[in-house]
Amino acid sequence: MASFRISGRGCNNAGMDVRVRNNVTFTGRDDGPVVMLAHGFGCDQNMWRLVTGALGEQSRVLLFDHVGAGGSDPAAWDPDRYATLDGYARDVLAICRDLDLHDVIFVGHSVSAMIGVLAAAEQPGLFAGLVLLAPSPSFIDDDGYRGGFTREDINELLESLDSNYLGWSATMAPVIMGNPERPELGQELTASFCRADPAIAKAFARVTFLSDHRADLPRVKVPTLVIQSAVDAIAPPEVGAYVHDRIAGSRLVTLDATGHCPQLSAPQATARAIADFVADCR
Amino acid sequence: MLEDSIDDLYDSAPCGNVSTLLDGTIAKINATLLGWLGYTREEVVGRLRFSDLLTVGGKLFHETHFAPTLQMQGEINGVALDLRRADGSRLPVLVTSAVKNGTDGQPQLIRTILFDARERRAYERELLNARREADAERERLRGLIAGLQHSLLPDTLPAPPRMRTSAYYHMASADRVGGDFYDLFPLAADRWGFFLGDVCGKGLAAAATTSAARHTLRTATAYDPDPAAALAHLNTVLYQDHLSPSHRHCTVVLGILTPTPTGCSITIAGGGHPAPMLLHADGTLEPQPVTGGTIIGGLRSPRIVTRTFSMAPGDTLILYSDGLLEAHPDLDADRYDEQGLQTFLTRLAPTTAPAAVTALRELLAGFERIEDDVALMALSLDEPLT
Repeated sequence: MASFRISGRGCNNAGMDVRVRNNVTFTGRDDGPVVMLAHGFGCDQNMWRLVTGALGEQSRVLLFDHVGAGGSDPAAWDPDRYATLDGYARDVLAICRDLDLHDVIFVGHSVSAMIGVLAAAEQPGLFAGLVLLAPSPSFIDDDGYRGGFTREDINELLESLDSNYLGWSATMAPVIMGNPERPELGQELTASFCRADPAIAKAFARVTFLSDHRADLPRVKVPTLVIQSAVDAIAPPEVGAYVHDRIAGSRLVTLDATGHCPQLSAPQATARAIADFVADCR
Repeated sequence: MLEDSIDDLYDSAPCGNVSTLLDGTIAKINATLLGWLGYTREEVVGRLRFSDLLTVGGKLFHETHFAPTLQMQGEINGVALDLRRADGSRLPVLVTSAVKNGTDGQPQLIRTILFDARERRAYERELLNARREADAERERLRGLIAGLQHSLLPDTLPAPPRMRTSAYYHMASADRVGGDFYDLFPLAADRWGFFLGDVCGKGLAAAATTSAARHTLRTATAYDPDPAAALAHLNTVLYQDHLSPSHRHCTVVLGILTPTPTGCSITIAGGGHPAPMLLHADGTLEPQPVTGGTIIGGLRSPRIVTRTFSMAPGDTLILYSDGLLEAHPDLDADRYDEQGLQTFLTRLAPTTAPAAVTALRELLAGFERIEDDVALMALSLDEPLT
């Protein structure tokens, strides 16, 4: 017989503001073509920090966080919706639709490359071009396909996320260091940098590393650029070549860069490759 | 004073030291770390990258989170990773890295310190296991509570001839069993009994009272179809315990339904419970208050109010617990009072018991936070087949 108090209707996906859900931000010139930058597993939109300046000179740059990452709305997390990459691809389409964007050039890093593949296959009319940065359609080795990892390897990753359960929680309150040598990294770094709820990070890792979207590559009918690092332990060059081979008419650029995140390790070359492609798409 | 050599401190420090180029290539490594790994300096320096020292899972984590964070922040602290040793075994470590800039301000190399984390990892694993066990226990407890709650309510609600019935129970808390109850059951001479009530409080004492109330009312109505008499029996049973700490009182509406040639006649008796709502097919709503009735089980001689009304085909009778009346549709609005409920129900007409309960369920589902249990029960009389 205690009283209960009720507040407004819970959020549902249909009525949700995508700008809040996905922490959408714009930068660059308003009259330029829309370049939508999608981060991969392990980080958030901060990942693009070193390339947004250069891209913004000619483009309207859209940054966002996948649900569960960075500054996305925690209430939007739904383990069922995001159990496959389709849930993330639906979010990308919803952002384009709700913000009335056209001729979008979607740049997807790592797992977001496949999210872009799914979105562009679903609604090619929305996209002027697709940039797949360090893409991998499937991380697990299969008959005649070398993704670079075994199922056991991926299980080991999921375990290592477990062992960082406490570590991730502990880094929830990091000291933001003064960094006079790199002012662009200074005060703007927020307390949410590359951090995620451990359970959500694990779910995202699972869908990232266990999904197989090789069959979706030929469904892409929009102009596509594949960018890969010369040395990448996650998505080795032969995987980039495979993606290039399966998407008709795609171009392949191999950067003289090391690591899975060329937008960080070789930001100028990465920005130039994207900007050249954007110019060609106009 | 004892002098310690910087070089020796670097090389045989009680931690692993390694410096790498920006692409991860190992430029310098100390003897401690080489010892842990089982490699010679020549096998490592200039040949391997830092991520080559990790297990595959660790390498994935390093490439996707550790390295980008380090590049962005210039430093990363205390990350748990596993080294893959030359003999294939694993060594858990805690890794801290910092970027060192050259005199030109550009990043020059990465300095990394590794601590043996075998004991700490075992401890963390215990914590993680304890957490998992606690989670599993909580799930088990919730299952038990849901099962107990379920056992206090009828499995299925029967329906008298020509009638449809429906009920719904909203558990406000998965951790505590609530005190709302209802039932509907056949009696002698084609009569039917039904009740819906609300025991004060939550938890096991409330559950025990709920169970006692339900069985007492069913037994009492089996012997005497006067609902006021049955409530008086219930009052006697509950009041017997009034000095006990587990004593609980309740509010309740008890009805006896008697078929008539045109529909049915219902006599209800109530103590302290909100008015059942009789909704006609044309949208007219007739609340059936039992105002003046006192709570049951709290007083030696309660006041029990009865009233009699009839139901015609197309009519729906809705009983509910008071949680519904204390709700707030949204933060700014006034309480969801009886007037609000009446307006809501009026718009449902013409309806049936299942449709009305579904509509009320959806109303409840739209509320974000509900702190008290809500019980709903509806009976409707079918329109005659023409």
